[in-house]
Amino acid sequence: MINYDVVVIGGGPAGMGAAISAKENGANVLIIERDDKLGGILNQCIHNGFGLHYFHVELTGPEYADRFIQRVQELQIDVMTQTFVINITADRMLTAVSATEGIVEISAKAIVLAMGCRERTAGAIQLGGDRPAGVWTAGLAQKLCNIDGYLVGKNVVVLGSGDIGLIMARRMTYEGANVIMVCEVMPYSSGLKRNIVQCLNDYNIPLYFKTTIAEIVGKDRVEGVVIAQVDDRMQIISSTRKYVECDCVLLSVGLIPENDLVNGLGIKMSPVTTGAEVDDYRHTSVEGIFSCGNVLHVHDLVDNVSAEAFIAGASATKYAKGELPHGQSYRVIPQNGVRYALPQRIIAGEGKVKVYYRVDNIYKAPRVVVKCNGEELYSRRYMIMAPGEMESVELDKEKIVGDVVIELEVQQ
Amino acid sequence: MYDVIVIGGGIVGCAILDKLSTYQLDCLLLEKEEDVSCGCSKANSGIVHAGYDALPNTLKARFNVRGNTMYYPLAEQLGVPINKCGSLVLANESGLEQLRKLYTRGINNGVTDMQILDRNQLYNFEHNIADNIMYGLYAKSAGVVSPYEMTIALAERAVLNGSLIITDSEVVGIKNINGSYVINTQNGEYRARVLINASGYGADTINRLANQARIDYVFSRGDYYVLDSTERPIFNHICFPLPNEKGKGVLVAPTADGNVIAGPTSMRVENGTDTAVKKDGLDYIKQSVNTMLKNVNLRKVIRVFAGVRAVAGDDFIINRNNNFVTVAGICSPGLTSAPAIAEYVVEELVAQTGLELRKKDVLIDRKKPIITRDMSNQQWQELIRVNPAYGRMVCRCERITEGEILDAINSPLSPSSLDALKRRVRVGMGRCQGGFCTARVMEIIAREKGIHFDDITKKGKGSEVVVSAIKEAIIND
Amino acid sequence: MNITCINCPMGCQMVVDKIDGVVTVKGNTCPRGRTYGIQEYTLPKRMVTSLVRVNDGRVLSVKTSDSIPKDKIIHCLNSLKDVIVAPPIHIGDCIVANICNLGVDLVATKNIL
Repeated sequence: MINYDVVVIGGGPAGMGAAISAKENGANVLIIERDDKLGGILNQCIHNGFGLHYFHVELTGPEYADRFIQRVQELQIDVMTQTFVINITADRMLTAVSATEGIVEISAKAIVLAMGCRERTAGAIQLGGDRPAGVWTAGLAQKLCNIDGYLVGKNVVVLGSGDIGLIMARRMTYEGANVIMVCEVMPYSSGLKRNIVQCLNDYNIPLYFKTTIAEIVGKDRVEGVVIAQVDDRMQIISSTRKYVECDCVLLSVGLIPENDLVNGLGIKMSPVTTGAEVDDYRHTSVEGIFSCGNVLHVHDLVDNVSAEAFIAGASATKYAKGELPHGQSYRVIPQNGVRYALPQRIIAGEGKVKVYYRVDNIYKAPRVVVKCNGEELYSRRYMIMAPGEMESVELDKEKIVGDVVIELEVQQ
Repeated sequence: MYDVIVIGGGIVGCAILDKLSTYQLDCLLLEKEEDVSCGCSKANSGIVHAGYDALPNTLKARFNVRGNTMYYPLAEQLGVPINKCGSLVLANESGLEQLRKLYTRGINNGVTDMQILDRNQLYNFEHNIADNIMYGLYAKSAGVVSPYEMTIALAERAVLNGSLIITDSEVVGIKNINGSYVINTQNGEYRARVLINASGYGADTINRLANQARIDYVFSRGDYYVLDSTERPIFNHICFPLPNEKGKGVLVAPTADGNVIAGPTSMRVENGTDTAVKKDGLDYIKQSVNTMLKNVNLRKVIRVFAGVRAVAGDDFIINRNNNFVTVAGICSPGLTSAPAIAEYVVEELVAQTGLELRKKDVLIDRKKPIITRDMSNQQWQELIRVNPAYGRMVCRCERITEGEILDAINSPLSPSSLDALKRRVRVGMGRCQGGFCTARVMEIIAREKGIHFDDITKKGKGSEVVVSAIKEAIIND
Repeated sequence: MNITCINCPMGCQMVVDKIDGVVTVKGNTCPRGRTYGIQEYTLPKRMVTSLVRVNDGRVLSVKTSDSIPKDKIIHCLNSLKDVIVAPPIHIGDCIVANICNLGVDLVATKNIL
């Protein structure tokens, strides 16, 4: 039996951030990582655009990860790599397995969940047609390219305009592949505007909205796809079916927090984010278990992941020391166009709390309003809001004396 | 010169080869794909049927009921997971009469342990039956098995006992010279005293090549949903609707590996390879499932697939013409019937050809695969101490370690593709569908087989998973 | 020239032209759009990230040390086709100095030890 104040599950940006802040606050900390090194998915994100908010310079994924890895090493945080957690109990006993240590039992005063997310697959979206080689989730194609050095196709159709799909469209173009088109079933993209311009427009790659892949064609390898437009009920319009020759399909159709490990623990989950519900300390409904990063809710900027991880790590240390504030908590209720807000609960107290939220559609000139007991705590008019861009609002905790409502006021 | 050549490595061909391997015979199986179990045997419901469906006095009835009794000990011997969960045919108020008919037919076919249940009794079996379901026919002997694991296990045991399986070998010519057969494939010529055609939807082609009677196939595609193991606790039995003129209808069943399967549809198609999933098929499954069970969340789908059943008339076609045996039209309940068909084909039809059937003195058992996920922590710990590869987790959804993958790679019928590996150890079969482990699995395969990523296929030649190393696609200015 | 603004999800479709030597921006809704429009019209630049091969079969991720003109990106990338490096390599190491005479270096973004 090994004992730690704080055990962090996952050594990506969230896990490293949590471990660093837990350690800096005085806990003894262990990171458990299943891969052979720290860094997580950042290692395969070789494009730039990371760190502008946190480091105030623009870094690539591996560079952003490296800065955190160095800090983990400086702080002499214990790390078990190539180690897989197979079980967690509600009283914070972990069972993990590795080739070198076998089965190990670890007792933690606090646990931070930082397992990240997985990609939605062809099966999950019930992609019709044949099942040949050449259909890949964009993230896996990214790993095979950027880590292993192999190209998964030369004539590519991308389904879904999530950021990974957009980034991979450019990446494959850079490697000499011909990216034929990106199809997006929604009338808008879930990717960042910057990525649409710099990954697609720069290379004349067309993006078709309200368009999907109706069928994959090809027995052994992908030979083509049948694309089609969808109506307002997302049903395929048969008359618009069109065959497009290609040898590869990349899917960028959503990310799902990877919470399977804690399924049996009774943590209250949000049906919207599919991550845990947390308070402003990133404390879940199960005592001593914290959550941050993409396992909590899917982020679009790693800088936000780090910020959230620092909160979770510091809170875990507080919990381990018996110093985490308890007491009255109030709900944060998203409504009228706000799809979700996080944290879902705020513990009454002092100081500031930052609430992150996403809207559920494209809104032109909406006013975001935050109210508590009918009193307006905050309002701001935006020119535009989109589901693909997470927004945040900072509130004074002293003013939170009841449930907080966050909503949009939209002009008709 | 082989004593017997079997054409086709589906469940039937492999069961026959396994049976042949218990005798002192030189046997060969030729399979056109890169692995066994690549046709209908990999894409069906995986049901061990009780045997009340088939009309009395048919081959289907006879082999189904016999096959059912053989299945559970056979799977146990082979180390293949099987679950005798029982089945329910569910009917609304007006369906009682039809259930009674099925019950009587079952009795006539020799099925035991059946019972007609009313709604109250049904509720004790399944809490989530739909509101309009009033009656059910319970058959205790029905169960679920992984059809491809069963096929592979039979093939492996045959190989362990001296038979040979050659994959990637499509038969292109058959001649009968002086009473023995000369079989040509793209990569070789083989001779046999007795030839068995067990080539599934290809049976007509093979019979034609051999100047045997034509088989008039009708092909029907069945779409399926596979749901996440999280949905498994919702029900426990195989649930069928009342059968109709198209067949047994869309079922919902637990799988032997812990998922939920829903399907198949029945859509007429032109040939045996038309396995493209169609959206209308999937929509039909959704509707059908809801008429039987509540609370099945089809949004928890992790995979959709389709299989084609090749149907030749109302019954199986199993016959002998001199030294040529035809086993065709083995649609449902073919999976269940396979061991009984193999027994009949070998002990009766092959025996009639004049080949002497002498039992081998020693038979080798298939080693039960090591599955770390089913072990106690203590057992697992001990295993890792002996071989650390069992502590290296590769597939996190299905909890498959590198050790288990190496076992499959080093098995008697070594998988040569990602799909073939997946059918052996379920690596990539979970909810992430290989999103995390595929690259790692490719590394292991490349290392163990001494090949590059470019050589690795999804399902045999022509299905290479990557197209080139980086920079190779760049054309210089 | 049509330019899509990237400063916010609005993605204003701007028309940028040079009239009598003065660059004009139309279609922007904010000053950030105007600045971006002028920049994109005058000299659009991008950071470029890619891979080069390591002599042992691994791959190394790289980036340009500064942004380069957009119309030179593909030329710059194609010049990496035959670049092969040897370990050890550290983040920030110069892989190709003054790549394609663009006045910027290609540097490593990953440690290969």
